[in-house]
Amino acid sequence: MSKDSFVDGNAAAGALLSVFSIDITDADAQCAACGNVAPVARSRVYAFEPGIVLRCAVCEHPLLRIARGTGRTWIDARGLTYLELRTP
Amino acid sequence: MAGTTVLGRLAWYVATVVEGRQETRTARTLVLNVPSWPGHDAGQHVDVRLRAADGYTAVRSYSIANAAQNERVELTVEELADGEVSLYLVRTIAPGDPLEIRGPVGGWFVWRPAFIEPVQLVAGGSGIVPLMAMIRTRAAAGLQTPFRLLYSVRTPENIIYAAELQRRESEGQGLTIAYAFTRATPAGWPRPPARIDAAFLSEAALPAGEDPACYICGPTGFVESAAALLEQAGYDPKRIKTERFGPTGGIS
Amino acid sequence: MTPDPPIVSPGFVGRRRAGSATLPPGQYLTEDFPVLSAGPTPTIRLDDWKFALTTESGDVRTWSWSEFRALPSVSITTDIHCVTRWSKLGTVWEGVSLDTLLEGIPATASFAMAESYGGYTTNLPLADLRDGKAWIAFRYGGEDLAPEHGGPARLLVPHLYLWKSAKWIRGITLMRKDRPGFWESLGYNNYGDPWREQRYWGD
Ligand SMILES: Cc1cc2nc3c(=O)[nH]c(=O)nc-3n(C[C@H](O)[C@H](O)[C@H](O)COP(=O)(O)OP(=O)(O)OC[C@H]3O[C@@H](n4cnc5c(N)ncnc54)[C@H](O)[C@@H]3O)c2cc1C
Ligand SMILES: [Zn+2]
Repeated sequence: MSKDSFVDGNAAAGALLSVFSIDITDADAQCAACGNVAPVARSRVYAFEPGIVLRCAVCEHPLLRIARGTGRTWIDARGLTYLELRTP
Repeated sequence: MAGTTVLGRLAWYVATVVEGRQETRTARTLVLNVPSWPGHDAGQHVDVRLRAADGYTAVRSYSIANAAQNERVELTVEELADGEVSLYLVRTIAPGDPLEIRGPVGGWFVWRPAFIEPVQLVAGGSGIVPLMAMIRTRAAAGLQTPFRLLYSVRTPENIIYAAELQRRESEGQGLTIAYAFTRATPAGWPRPPARIDAAFLSEAALPAGEDPACYICGPTGFVESAAALLEQAGYDPKRIKTERFGPTGGIS
Repeated sequence: MTPDPPIVSPGFVGRRRAGSATLPPGQYLTEDFPVLSAGPTPTIRLDDWKFALTTESGDVRTWSWSEFRALPSVSITTDIHCVTRWSKLGTVWEGVSLDTLLEGIPATASFAMAESYGGYTTNLPLADLRDGKAWIAFRYGGEDLAPEHGGPARLLVPHLYLWKSAKWIRGITLMRKDRPGFWESLGYNNYGDPWREQRYWGD
């Protein structure tokens, strides 16, 4: 029995909001590896502490990697070609 | 409206437990008072942070169960064997105790009263919680938007909000409910204990042709299979939203 | 943001054993074996499994599963420390020492990159893989290593934080010059000594 313990990108909303100060789970993201476009909420989240990995739900390529140390946050968004935010 | 962006720093609130309500033998609702709570949409969740005296902390997510109502936030927690946070929330924390929460978060798995299309809800175990917030929000707004709930639970005793669901269905305001029991059924129940399958879906769900908005929530394994069944049955994948609670402990 | 003073949850202790053992700073004792992965658990058939050792000059030496299992293996009892702050004491593994795999390799390299099925990588000084400090483990607690814990085989370098012990290992590449792996390129400490609490860059 190997059950992967991923959750939806949506579940990382709190962690993402604390990093970006806006809710990006509702934003559309394009995967740099396969071109799929989907809301960040539909990605798959692996690992939570201290590093988070959001992967494309289609090809599993990392879209966004975030690591949090005391007083510092590192963000690697190479896996995204773009992020389309809804702005008021 | 749709796609409201949340601006500003995300703060931790210190909530106070006002009341603890046992829903089933293993699930408990915590009624919280959260000073200066900004309100929330149905389907959103909060992160809960527990801290031991020596500084050790544990953070978990919990869906909000109630419709927005001033500074009140309700969480319903199902205890897991050996669950670090769920056992504390179900068995230990008491009225008057503080609880740190961060939120509301998640702007995607939400339902708002302005949404007019029919809604298909699919819950596994404690996955009912955010869907109940949608049912309550719809009722509080006095709407009759068609809502169909498929609720998979082990036994009748495991139904969370059983009495309220029955009452709301009987009010005849467009909410209908079908249960799938996976371990034991009520006496005389037509369907033997089984998980949600294609046959059950075609019988009990809103037809794919009505193009409902679908919300599926529960343990990761349950959500995986329910989402696959809906897609195979021709529901539009773009209109299927999922909320996975984590590894399956066979809760559904 | 932590309220000041921090809010303590009355009666919360968490799932930890009160231990008298000395742990690295900032670590807590656990009795379970939490599963942490940066990605999906790959399905690897033993017939397809291969371990490749690539030298800095590009020479490759590979082992099939049966060749690998024919190598002498040892039992290892060790404490493990995860950067997520749990430590587990006295874990029992079986594996092949990296000394065995590196035997006869004329290495002028100083660094190594461990590579996994699924794409994960982590870098280490080659010296930390030698002299009985590192193994390719295929058994845990007397049983075949479960996929979620890195089976069929994982790197085990218990004197460093566990992210260095790459799960689902498929190869090691020796390097003259150091390069950062998956987490080391994003804030995680390049070396990762739990006793010096080297969690992040500059620690
Ligand atoms: C967005 C989101 C919303 C959530 N909303 C709710 C909610 O409204 N009500 C609720 O009760 N839970 C909810 N959860 C699940 C919750 O966050 C915790 O995962 C759950 O309470 C277990 O935490 P624990 O500390 O008690 O268990 P842990 O100590 O973390 O785990 C104990 C054991 O249970 C297993 N386990 C962990 N999580 C689950 C799970 N979800 N199902 C089955 N087994 C598991 C573990 O593998 C372990 O063996 C939600 C999760 C997410 C991501
Ligand atoms: Zn992709």
